[in-house]
Amino acid sequence: MSVVSTFFTALFYISLVIFVVGMARKIYQYWITPAPLKIPTAPTPLTQTGVVMRMAREVVLFESLFKSNKWTWLFGWLFHIGLALVLIRHARYFWPGDLPEIFLLVQPFKYAAFAMVIGLIGLIGRRIAVERIRYISAPSDYLMLILILVIGISGVVMTFTSNHTDVIMVKQFASGLLTFNWANLPTEVHFLVHIFLAFALLAIFPISKLLHVPGVFFSPTRNQVDDARKKRHISPWALKQEQEQEVRLNETLGKDE
Amino acid sequence: MAKDDFEVPKLPTYLEIPEIQEGIMDGKGPFKSVEEFQAPLGFPGEKVKNWQEVAINKMGELKSKYRSVQVFLDACVKCGACTDKCHYFLGSSDPKNMPVARQDLFRSVYRRHFTFAGKYFPKLVGAKELDDAMLDDWYNYFHQCSQCRRCSVFCPYGIDTAEISMAAREVMDAVGVGQKYCNQILGKAITVGNNLGLPEPALRDTLLDLEEEIEEETGVAVKYPLDQKGAEILLITPSADFFAEPHIDGLIGYGKVFHQDGVTWTMSSYASEGANFGMFIGSYDIMRKAALRIRKAALDLEVSRVMVGECGHAWRVAYSFWNTLSGVGAGANSSDEHAMKLQKQLDSRYPQPQHIIEYTHDLIQRDKLKFDKSANDDRTVTFHDSCNVARATNMGGIPNGQFILPREVLKAVCNNYVDMERSTIMESTFCCGGGGGLLTDDLMEIRIKGAMPRMQALKEVEKTDAVDTLVAICAICKSQFSKVLPKFDFDPYMIVSAHQLVSEAIIMDKPETDNSDAEVAEETETTEAE
Repeated sequence: MSVVSTFFTALFYISLVIFVVGMARKIYQYWITPAPLKIPTAPTPLTQTGVVMRMAREVVLFESLFKSNKWTWLFGWLFHIGLALVLIRHARYFWPGDLPEIFLLVQPFKYAAFAMVIGLIGLIGRRIAVERIRYISAPSDYLMLILILVIGISGVVMTFTSNHTDVIMVKQFASGLLTFNWANLPTEVHFLVHIFLAFALLAIFPISKLLHVPGVFFSPTRNQVDDARKKRHISPWALKQEQEQEVRLNETLGKDE
Repeated sequence: MAKDDFEVPKLPTYLEIPEIQEGIMDGKGPFKSVEEFQAPLGFPGEKVKNWQEVAINKMGELKSKYRSVQVFLDACVKCGACTDKCHYFLGSSDPKNMPVARQDLFRSVYRRHFTFAGKYFPKLVGAKELDDAMLDDWYNYFHQCSQCRRCSVFCPYGIDTAEISMAAREVMDAVGVGQKYCNQILGKAITVGNNLGLPEPALRDTLLDLEEEIEEETGVAVKYPLDQKGAEILLITPSADFFAEPHIDGLIGYGKVFHQDGVTWTMSSYASEGANFGMFIGSYDIMRKAALRIRKAALDLEVSRVMVGECGHAWRVAYSFWNTLSGVGAGANSSDEHAMKLQKQLDSRYPQPQHIIEYTHDLIQRDKLKFDKSANDDRTVTFHDSCNVARATNMGGIPNGQFILPREVLKAVCNNYVDMERSTIMESTFCCGGGGGLLTDDLMEIRIKGAMPRMQALKEVEKTDAVDTLVAICAICKSQFSKVLPKFDFDPYMIVSAHQLVSEAIIMDKPETDNSDAEVAEETETTEAE
C-alpha cells in the first residue's frame, strides 16, 4: 500500500474514533444533565405524540427557522437536504460487494449536490453581506461553511466534470475501510482534498457547533410535553435537596419561620 | 444606564430591522445590590476577591444542573434567526441586544474554560476571558433582557436566551454582583410574604377599604377575605393588585366574580404575593423558598383550590414550576411524601393551580355570569399577550388555550374587540419591555426603547380601528405600560386589567335587605335580564 493510502486509511480510523467517542461523550453528557424545570416554548404540545410531531417538523422542515427568516431557511434547508441526499448516495462506495438494486433508485441524488452547494454559497453570502450576522460570526463560522463547501465542490467536480476518479478504486478503498481489506486509493488531488476534508469534518464534529445535530433532540424548549400541572416533574438533584430539607420543613410547618 | 437623556424612539409605520449601532446601550446597568439585600438571600455582600474562580466554578455547576444551559451553549450555529427578534434590539439597535450576541457574552467564556476549541484556539471560535470588562458587559446586557423568550420561538434549536440570562445572573449573584431591584424585593417576599413588604394589618386595612368602596358604588357587599381558614379557594395575586392603578380594578373584578359564583375564597397574609422574582435571578432555591410560602398557606388554610391572579411570570412560575417546586399540582409520585400530602388536599376536579381567567372563562361557559356588554361600549379593546403567559404556559388544557381563553373572556364582556398584527401577538408577542426584573427606574432608557415594537403595533390598531384600550393580564405589563404609554403619545390610562372590563360589565345580584330594597333589586334584575 502506498504512503498516501496508509495515511488516509489511518486518518479515517482516527477521525472515526474521535467522532464516535466524542459524540458518545457529548450525548451522554446531554443525557445525564437534568432539566430541572418545565420550560417548553409555545406553541407547546400537550401530549407526547405532539412532541414527536413537533420535533419531526423541526428536524425535517426546520419549522422555527421558516417562521423566522425565509432566506436563511431556504439556504439552510437546501444545504441540509442536499447533504442528506448526497450522503445516502455515498453509501454505494462503502457497500462491500455487488450493489443492491436500491442504489439504482438513489442514483439521481447526485444532483442534490447542487442544492447543497447553492445553499452553502447562500449561507456564506448572507454571513458576509448582512451586517448583524457578520457581527455575530467568529472565524470558525466562516471556516466551517468553507470547509463543507470545498468538500461539496470537489465532489461536484468529480461527478459532473471530466475529472472523474476511478470509481472502482474508490469503492475498493472505501469498502475496504469498513471490512478491513485495506486498498490503495486514487490520488487525484480533488479526490484527496475531498476525503481529507470529509475526514477532518468528522473529527471536528464533537468539538464544534456541529453539536447542533444531537443538541436539537435534547433542547428542553422543544422536547418537553406541556403537562406541568398534571405530572410532577422533578430532577434528581432537586429531589435530593428537597428530601434533605424535609425534616426542617416538617418542623416549621404551621409556624412562621 | 447612566445616561440622563436619550431619545424616545419614533414609532415607524413599519417595523424595520435597525442598522446596528455598537455600544449605544453600553453603561453601568441597574443599581447594584448591597450587603443589606444580598445577605438575606445568601449572596456575598460585595464582589468577592477571587471572583473569577468563583464565577467559573458556578458556570460549571450550572451547566451540569441545567440541560438547557449545556445544550444551548453548544448548539448555536450563529444562523442569525434570532437577531431581529428581540424588542430591545429593535428598539435600541445595540448589537449586544441581539439574542445570540447576548448569549455570546456568556458562551464566549464557556468556550474559553470548558471546550477544547476554546482552550486551544480561542481566537478562532471567539472564546474570551471573564475579565472586568466582560463582567461589566454581563451586568449591563443581561439586565437588558426581560427573559420574554421571543427569540426561543424562532430559534431552530429552541435556544432560549432567558435560560442563559438567568444563569448569568445567578453567576453574578454568586460573586456578589447582584441587582438591587430584584434582590431587595426577594428579601421582602421571603420574609414578609409579598414584594412590597406589606404586613398583615396593612393588607387587612386595604381590603376593608376596598370592600367599603365597592359596596358604596354597587350596593353589593363584595367581601375580600384574608386568612379565612377552610375557604375553598386560595387566591394568590401580585401585590400590586392591592393598591396600585390599574391593577386594583382587576382585584375588584376577581372579587365580583367570586361573589357571583358564591364560592368561598381567601387570600393569605403569609403568602400574599404571586410574583416570584426568584425566576428572574435564575435561582431555583430562592424561587422554591417563595413557592413554599404559598404551599404552607394552602396547607394552613386548608383550601382545596389554589388560584392565581393576573400576573405574567407569577403564572409561569405557578403553572410550570409550582408542581416541581412545592407540589401544587397533580401527579406526584408516592415516594414524594409532602407533595402527596398537598395533592391529596387539593380538589382534583380542578386544574391546580388555576388561572383566574380560566375560572372566569369556565363560569361564562356554564352561563353562571351575566354581563351588560354595553357597559364597555365606550371602549375599543385590544389584548396584549404577556410574554410569560403566552410563551410559557397553557390555559384550559386545550392547545393554545392561553391565547384563546383571555380573548373569549374579553369578547364576552365587551362589544368592540380587535387584535393587533398577528406577528406581534400570541406566541410571537412583543414584550412590554419591563419584565425580567427590569421594572426599575434606573433602567428607564431600555424600558422605553424595548417598548417600541409593542407601541408600534398598538399605534397601527389605533389608526385602523380606533383602539383606545389595551388589556393585559400581567402586573409588570400594566406598570410598565402606565409609564411608557405617554412617552409614545398614548393615554396612560388606556392600560387595564382583563378583570376590570369583567368588573364593569358584570351584572351583580343585589342583596335581599328589607322588603322595599328587595323589590327594587328584583325589578332591576328583570329589567337587566330583558
